[in-house]
Amino acid sequence: MLGVVTPKISIQTQDFDVAAEIVALTAGRADIGAVVTFSGLCRDEGEVLTALELEHYPGMAEGEIGRIAAEAVNRWPLQGVTVIHRHGRIAPGQNIVLVVTASTHRQAAFEAADFLMDYLKSRAPFWKKEHRADGSEGGWVDAKDSDEQAATRWR
Amino acid sequence: MKLIYFAWVRERIGKSEEDVELPAEVTTVAELLAWLKSRGEEYENALQHARSIRVAINQEHVDHGEKIGGAREIALFPPMTGG
Repeated sequence: MLGVVTPKISIQTQDFDVAAEIVALTAGRADIGAVVTFSGLCRDEGEVLTALELEHYPGMAEGEIGRIAAEAVNRWPLQGVTVIHRHGRIAPGQNIVLVVTASTHRQAAFEAADFLMDYLKSRAPFWKKEHRADGSEGGWVDAKDSDEQAATRWR
Repeated sequence: MKLIYFAWVRERIGKSEEDVELPAEVTTVAELLAWLKSRGEEYENALQHARSIRVAINQEHVDHGEKIGGAREIALFPPMTGG
């Protein structure tokens, strides 16, 4: 069945449950053959960080992710899309972002999830600030040219 | 017009938002950035590398060449680091 896919988008402080989000996309239907999930976690290399603080632009964050998700729905034959992005203080090891894509076959689901993450990285209005274990001001995380480059391959 | 600042742009300017009356000659994003830089040391410090500043008009990304007529809300921020 081909219907209009309405992406689920949530900007929230609380954690998410990956398994529950997959069930929410697939429950009660038998036409989905592939679900891809990507989770992005707060990473700490060498016990330097106590947390990342994620600032966002309320309103635009939802709007921009909505535009990115709508483009994914236009480009790939998807049957479901979920994007959850957390904000606020997030400790190492905790979840930051979730992308779930569902399709008849795996290629569309993989590609759409990859596209969504590349665009989220370079266009969704979020900024990470480091809180360091030694109490020093870690400062704002610098944007990577490689993330900007990654988004250009989908043009 | 409402200006909103995020991340280190907000910290360097020292406020998260403000209402401003723009001079008539300020018609593009680039001109807005140049005008803001002239408003004091904190703005100069925040916007010294103007080309790296990202701008959204009414919550949508725009280039520095964009006209700002009709804007209700203009946001200035560093390159994004979400995901």
